Amino acid sequence: MGKPRLEPGAVIDGFRLGEIVHRGGMSELWRVTRDGDDRSLLMKVPLIKEGADPAAVVGFEMEQMIMPRLSGPHVPKFIAAGDFAVQPYIVMERIEGQSLLPRLRHLPLPYDEVAEIGVRIATALDALHRQHVVHLDVKPSNIVLRPAGDAVLLDYGLAHHAQLPDLMQEEFRVPFGTAPYMSPEQLKGNRSDPRSDQFALGVLLYFFSTGRRPFGEGETLRAMRVRLWRDPEPPRKLRPDYPPWLQEAVLRCLEIEAAWRYPSAAQLAFDLSHPEQVKLTQRSERLRRDPITTVLRRRFNTDLKGPRRKTDAAAQVSSAPIVAAAVDLAGDASLNAALRTTTARILATVPSARLACLNINKQHRLAIDTTLDSAGQSKQVDRLVGLRHWAEPLKLDGARLTVHVLDAVDPADAILDFVRANRVDHLLIGARDPSLMRTLLGSVSAKVAAEAPCSVTIVRPQ
Amino acid sequence: MTKVNVKCAKRGRLSHDAMLIALFADIHANRQAFTACLDDARAHGAQRFVLLGDYVGYGGDPEWTLETVMALAGDGATAVLGNHDNAVADPHETMNVEAKVSLEWTRGELGKPARDFLTALPLTVTDNDRLYVHAEASHPKAWTYVTSTVEASRSIVATAAQVTFCGHVHRPAVYSLSAAAKMTAFTPVTGVPIPLLSGRRWLVVAGAVGQPRDGNPAASWLMFDTDRREITFRRSAYDIDGAAAAIRGKGLPAWLADRLFRGA
Repeated sequence: MGKPRLEPGAVIDGFRLGEIVHRGGMSELWRVTRDGDDRSLLMKVPLIKEGADPAAVVGFEMEQMIMPRLSGPHVPKFIAAGDFAVQPYIVMERIEGQSLLPRLRHLPLPYDEVAEIGVRIATALDALHRQHVVHLDVKPSNIVLRPAGDAVLLDYGLAHHAQLPDLMQEEFRVPFGTAPYMSPEQLKGNRSDPRSDQFALGVLLYFFSTGRRPFGEGETLRAMRVRLWRDPEPPRKLRPDYPPWLQEAVLRCLEIEAAWRYPSAAQLAFDLSHPEQVKLTQRSERLRRDPITTVLRRRFNTDLKGPRRKTDAAAQVSSAPIVAAAVDLAGDASLNAALRTTTARILATVPSARLACLNINKQHRLAIDTTLDSAGQSKQVDRLVGLRHWAEPLKLDGARLTVHVLDAVDPADAILDFVRANRVDHLLIGARDPSLMRTLLGSVSAKVAAEAPCSVTIVRPQ
Repeated sequence: MTKVNVKCAKRGRLSHDAMLIALFADIHANRQAFTACLDDARAHGAQRFVLLGDYVGYGGDPEWTLETVMALAGDGATAVLGNHDNAVADPHETMNVEAKVSLEWTRGELGKPARDFLTALPLTVTDNDRLYVHAEASHPKAWTYVTSTVEASRSIVATAAQVTFCGHVHRPAVYSLSAAAKMTAFTPVTGVPIPLLSGRRWLVVAGAVGQPRDGNPAASWLMFDTDRREITFRRSAYDIDGAAAAIRGKGLPAWLADRLFRGA
């Protein structure tokens, strides 16, 4: 069977080619349709000819292996793949919406918009990492926002799947990626660390909020290697009104050592969605780069440059869960103590976990909104103070602890909303004693346990 | 080797139908492990069996194991010869000391039908674009271990097969040769399907059913889905106490029993 010609109207395995929407160095994208399928589809066809970049072939093979295994709203839905022996292709869902590339004309963007984009991308990265995949080419042109707001990550040609052969690594043994966005460890040939994607996202957030790329655009290996020891200019130096919380988050993403970044993309998303709760460290105050002595130490400290053990993205993420504890401050003291003991046990097993303490400020259905009057305000502060007091014996570093008061008519719904919006991995909640109230009103913990998308531990006093 | 030996055990037939093939290597007379793997493979929908050699040696139930292998072969399973199987009839086969002890005992255990069956086994079997062999395929009777990309590439270029399945190493591994002649090595993850992309050539090392050595004591095998062209490595828990008791009960060295618990 001969190779079918690629032209509008041609039919390949039941897919009819429409217009060509993109012609790149390594592949072409065609709109395609299929009888009985009214979805909007794209066919990606690699350009494989004599003298073509061998990375195009291997990247396409990786994509053919990885894409069928991905699911969820943050990846284009995989439809079909074509055999290399005949006509290699991948047919996927066409995402409505634009990539982030056109936004480059409007930089710098407002800070809150940058944070919002950051939350969306970090959420998408977390979903990807949980599927054992590190993207390794996070940049504006590979990110599309769906009309509903979900970020979609495109192009898995450079990606690493912890449970599949890494054809890229073996084939080339040189770093592949997009120069301005490539992490230090990626430059050194480590393709398995999910925090490399966080670094690339840090570059994007820095660029979007300052209008400047933190490490320039140098494409030579020599130019790229500078980031192995040189930290970028702090954003506040470029824009004096730069919010400290945003600088804290962005510079943490850009830490040279992956271990100093956020332990998971979900934790980054958490900070970006709760600016007032970001623990400000010396990072947030920086107005100039590290002194030359520090840079020289990094430059010549071979300890930092040794090869690292391979990590599985999903294992790395699961070692850094977001744990939430729902605390009824007015409730039974022995129950609250038991809740704290159980929380301590769980945090002890996962040192990278962070804890969000929740308290519900129950609203009455017909009451007028009083949250903004002085009494309401002080009530809110009292509760926040109460939550910190409850958590104090846990001795958590400020970057690992946040407190939240949720106003709600239905406590269970409020807790469930928080769990979903913040990708909480494990929720701890106390069970009240069987009582007339519970019999009449139903149990909050039972509803939460039944409907939460995460693990739930129900705690009873000992 | 330029020409591949095309032979099928018994009335095994070459098939183009889509199916699930379960592959077992290095059963080594471990009745409990083999039974568990067969049950597990059938539960996963296996329609055909391929046996990659070393049915005997080390373990305490060589006779039962060979009877089972012969029955499977009679039903169309493909079976190739392993070095331990070859050593039953061939006194010149070089073996390490540990293997020798159990082999001498095994020789006395096997009846004529079993010995004849082993003598008649082919070194390699080709089915469509697949090659089945016990060890490295360029010189199958040299029983070379495929433990790195060096042996894997030598094996792949020596045959015409797109996919070679072998055993002998007792540790699962997947190697591939790209169109640009670069080798990739990978340790498979249990239960995760690996697509054998058609643009490259593959060598798949099955783990061991009867004596795993990768630190996981569960019996190792794999399934090949000919339609999706995917392999999935599996581990089956089995009665290690029973297998160890059989080894000790036959007076074989106790450490052959002990290592089963460690998978080493």
